[in-house]
Amino acid sequence: MMELTALLRSGRFRGWLYQTAVVSVACLILISFVVTARHNLVAQGITTGFDFLQRSTGWDIPFALISYTINDPYWRVFLIGFANTIFVGTLGLIFATLFGTFIGIARVARNPLLNALGTVYVEIFRNVPLILQGLLWYAILTRLPSPRQAISIWDSIFITNRGLYIPFVAMSHGTFLFIASVFVLAGFAIALLPRLAGIGTSRSGFRRLVRTALLTAAAIAVAAVIGARDPQAGLITIPMLKGLRFEGGLRVTPEFTALFVAIVCFGSAYVAEIVRGGLLSVNRGQLEAAGALGLRPFHVYWYVRIPLALRAIVPPMGNQFVWLMKATTIGIAFGFSDLFMITSTAINQSGQTIEILFIMMSGFLLINYVISTAMNALNRSIALKGYETKGT
Amino acid sequence: MSALAASTARYRHGMEPFATVLVRRMFATWHDAAISIVCLAFVIWLLPKLIGWAFLDAVWSAPNATPCIGGAGACWAVITARWRLIIFGLYPFDQHWRSGLACLAVVVVVVLSCVPALWRPVRLSLLWLGGFLTFYFLMRGGVFGLSLVGTERWGGMALTLFIFTAVAVLGMPMAIILALGRQSELPAIRWLAGLLIDTVRALPLLTVLFTAAVILPFALPDWLIGDKLYRVIYAFALFFACAQAEIIRGGLQAIHAGQLEAAKALGLGYWHRTWHIVLPQAFRNSLPATINQFVITFKETSIVIIIGFFEVLASGHAAYGTGDWTSAYAEVYVFIALIYFAFVFSLSRYGAHLEKRMRLGHD
Repeated sequence: MMELTALLRSGRFRGWLYQTAVVSVACLILISFVVTARHNLVAQGITTGFDFLQRSTGWDIPFALISYTINDPYWRVFLIGFANTIFVGTLGLIFATLFGTFIGIARVARNPLLNALGTVYVEIFRNVPLILQGLLWYAILTRLPSPRQAISIWDSIFITNRGLYIPFVAMSHGTFLFIASVFVLAGFAIALLPRLAGIGTSRSGFRRLVRTALLTAAAIAVAAVIGARDPQAGLITIPMLKGLRFEGGLRVTPEFTALFVAIVCFGSAYVAEIVRGGLLSVNRGQLEAAGALGLRPFHVYWYVRIPLALRAIVPPMGNQFVWLMKATTIGIAFGFSDLFMITSTAINQSGQTIEILFIMMSGFLLINYVISTAMNALNRSIALKGYETKGT
Repeated sequence: MSALAASTARYRHGMEPFATVLVRRMFATWHDAAISIVCLAFVIWLLPKLIGWAFLDAVWSAPNATPCIGGAGACWAVITARWRLIIFGLYPFDQHWRSGLACLAVVVVVVLSCVPALWRPVRLSLLWLGGFLTFYFLMRGGVFGLSLVGTERWGGMALTLFIFTAVAVLGMPMAIILALGRQSELPAIRWLAGLLIDTVRALPLLTVLFTAAVILPFALPDWLIGDKLYRVIYAFALFFACAQAEIIRGGLQAIHAGQLEAAKALGLGYWHRTWHIVLPQAFRNSLPATINQFVITFKETSIVIIIGFFEVLASGHAAYGTGDWTSAYAEVYVFIALIYFAFVFSLSRYGAHLEKRMRLGHD
């Protein structure tokens, strides 16, 4: 008895006791989940495992970057969902960043009018839920005139309730995929070459690497479009009204546009706040010193203020990017087929609940991981190095 | 530049009216003037249209949508006709006062939480718990002679506020436990808390809620399944807790190591140290970020519409989706946006004010 109380009083023993208790409870919960789920699935006659990935789906997807028919297998559907999420997310992030930076600069401008406009923009779009914005844009877009009464701009861009039709480079799905993968490869080259092959480790060397990789990818893309073109059709297709619908050109669906616009408006308001915070964090003395050296206001901005502000901007921006990427899931509210919508449809149709959930979670974990790794690398590469940190 | 500084100085000393300074700033240099003219043109183009739509040409009340058709202005008549549906959802009509009082209780709780005199753990917990229970019993009834109304009939703004307060009340203790777990000296607990926090934070909120609503019933024994609303609230609270835990962790890490060492030297045990020394300081450090997290959570409650709940967005849908109001969708969305804006804007202004006030002591 004495020994037991002594043992209980020992911090180390209690530590072990707590840990064992917590871990066993966690294991118990997990095991009971799995057992119950298996039991219920067996009762419904569903065999667990990933064999269903080879089965054909039997349902259609309204928006797919990769060609798709209802006879295609499940793995292709998930690939499409993943590609759609990345596509709308990346485009949204790029435009939100550009637009947000502009607004953030406007918010610290001396001009009171520009300042006020920036503030109004940020407050409106930041304080209204993203999904409400998406639903409003979607409601507006689907109430536009029908194709026959389309609003046309220079007879080549048509705005209708079935989507936006714009002239586009003529290319097949295969060519598009090829070009997309070339750019992804270029991205990998930029990310990995400095560490693996020692190319572009210096700052100017890295810039050269980025330039070379992107230019090569662009050159290959142009060559692919020209090489694979249909000689009769020409290089660019322009939408034309045929009967009740448009043919040719590129159709941007209202679902995509609504999600994209909502992400850009909401995201840019947040980006603007981050940029504003970064610009304000730059020490005034540095700017005055730059001015005293005779730099013009624009040069002070471009060569002193923005580079210094970047160090305060990049870390929160990474979190914002991850958040926006995850926020694309709200597209399901108006039927944009992202990874989440595909997931929920697939669970409904096939009943392979656990496996599909696992696939979706892996997809989002991967996206998260890639963005945070990239932003960390960017953060490291712009961090003040060695002698530069002195004096700040 | 120097002229500008001089004019600002003159304004500060009350020698120049504000308008003069404003105009001088707008036209300080030629490109400032160019920007001002472009902005001014934009405002002059937009503002009359906006005012015309929202006020001058608007139809304020009408028994049906016919007066709105073909009009250039907003059809606010849809709000006057359907506001009860938007705010109270499908709650029994003659009991709407209960729903209204319940919403008021939540607003009072949120406003009272902004009073520094109440920033004691016990007082705040009592306030929120009291507010939550008041809300719950007013809405549900079954006591004090109030008729029973099941959660399936709750809707509109009241449901949104219910989810928000329930998530806050449940999520905050969870967040504290997770944050302390992640900082624990016991490796297994630290690791488990870290795994849970990082996994949940990497997932979109919608997928977490969807899992709770649709998939969890598969993995739970029958007696644990319960109501879909409560499953979603628990999942939402977990999501909130994981985000909030990281904020509290930031507050924990900002505490000077000497504080903890001093507490240990005084012979305080773990729980005393945590409750009296660590947590109060951690909360103080993380207050602005916490308010921000509440703001984000309030906005994100709107996501439950996708899981199939009749919250304020869904009731807005119903308000313009039925009858002849279908063309008045924008007005309904603007109305709901204004409700959200009023809440979120005032809360985030308060957060910014607090941040400024707290920084004063440090500079």
